[in-house]
Amino acid sequence: MDVAIVGVGLHPFGRTASMSGLEQGAAAVRAALADAGTDFKAMQFAFGGSQDGGNADSLVNLLGLTGLQFTNVANGCATGGSSLNAAYSAIKSEQYDVGLVVGFDKHARGAFNPQPKDWGLEDWYGETGLMLTTQYFGMKIQRYMHDHGISRDTLIRVAEKAYRNGSLTPTAWRRTALSWEEIDNAPMVSEPLNKYMFCSPAEGGCALVVCRSDIAHRFHPRPIYLKTAVVRSRNYGSFEVFSPSQPPEVADSPTVTASTAAFELAGVGPSDIDVAQLQDTEVGAEIMHMAENGFCAHGDQERWLAEGATDINGKLPVNTDGGCLANGEPVGASGLRQVHEICVQLRGEAGERQVAGEPQVGYTHVYGAPGISGVNILTR
Amino acid sequence: MSEAKPLHEGLFNWPDPAAGLIGSRCLDCGEHAFPSQSSCRACSSQNTVLADLGSAGTLWTWTIQSFMPKAPYDTDETPETFTPYGVGYIELACGLKVESRLRENTPEQLNIGMPMKMELITVRQNEDGDELLTFQFCAAKESH
Repeated sequence: MDVAIVGVGLHPFGRTASMSGLEQGAAAVRAALADAGTDFKAMQFAFGGSQDGGNADSLVNLLGLTGLQFTNVANGCATGGSSLNAAYSAIKSEQYDVGLVVGFDKHARGAFNPQPKDWGLEDWYGETGLMLTTQYFGMKIQRYMHDHGISRDTLIRVAEKAYRNGSLTPTAWRRTALSWEEIDNAPMVSEPLNKYMFCSPAEGGCALVVCRSDIAHRFHPRPIYLKTAVVRSRNYGSFEVFSPSQPPEVADSPTVTASTAAFELAGVGPSDIDVAQLQDTEVGAEIMHMAENGFCAHGDQERWLAEGATDINGKLPVNTDGGCLANGEPVGASGLRQVHEICVQLRGEAGERQVAGEPQVGYTHVYGAPGISGVNILTR
Repeated sequence: MSEAKPLHEGLFNWPDPAAGLIGSRCLDCGEHAFPSQSSCRACSSQNTVLADLGSAGTLWTWTIQSFMPKAPYDTDETPETFTPYGVGYIELACGLKVESRLRENTPEQLNIGMPMKMELITVRQNEDGDELLTFQFCAAKESH
């Protein structure tokens, strides 16, 4: 049984002072249900997650106590991907006919401050100033630039594209395009990445209604089919965040293993993808993820960005809604926002940022601490 | 009487820091880890022993921490006295790459591949006035 997405809903990312994280999640669910022309009572199951916004299953207090199976998912940046993976299995196995995937969050301002003990580390690691994701991102792209000849210009180009696409996305948080000079001169955060090259923790919610493909048209005239939903964790040797030491040999990242498995399961290849969402917690991540997901060779990003290949009108539009850079990262919702954007693009409903030529196949990729990746491949 | 002592036991040799960092080695597959681990993350074996990792290596990658981190960062600094510090991975003789604070804190001072050596720095004083120490790396040759 194939799996269809028949309803998508988003509570705009950014800051909504008047609403709790849970309320933003509920708003996203209501939007997704309305999009699918159904109601919460019809949902047989839900998978949902939030890092800082409360237990996802508390949503029933706002949406209705219907007795459905509601499973909380907590998998860091891959929470949305893991929820969707679980929903995919529930439909694919024919356990259920229709259900809900939801993610939401509401983070404090400023960088995350993870605690060492939650990551199997001891207090010294945090106390001495090594427990910062920003450092890892800086160090990974620093080495990558050294190994593969990526210039700082390419970092700036990714940021330029993100805020340009954000300016075309009504639900984005950062809706002002930034000039090369503004990005170039922003305060440094963690060499070589400056303020405009990082995304920020944020708030928001996103929900999807999923169902058996044979009943999809009851809900929506243009179902989007979820061909595969893959989540993988790190292998020994993969260069990951919060690692006091790294083995001698650098192994493929979980992005590579998730991507390879997803292409194989979906029976398509990178050249079949018409529009992609790649995790861009910072510009270096988007650059590296272009190659780790198989879309170009390592080092070719320099040319791709210079030629605008990942622009909305390029050969592979990437992060058409501005990605994490322009939307911020409410961890529980972020991965589902990617799927939302692909659904909108494949339906042809993306307005000013619509990819031309009726895109048929879309791709989403999340990556997060401590080395986890989720990939989805979707078709019209 | 106040004294200097490691912030955390078992990361480096003490009181003879010249012997460098302490990690572990798996007797089954030979892989090293830092800090020492009782089970091997490469092969799942529990047959590991402590191993001296030395105090010298080369810089594998780096960044600079330019703002004072939030908790759990815990030093005697204030936002006013905070000094940016480098962070990098040092590739040791055994091949293991160890994450470390770096003394150098400007891009001009840091290059991938440069020789590095371990030193100790004070993280903070405890309530008894003891200096709590951790390791960091710095350029093996003074820059000119």
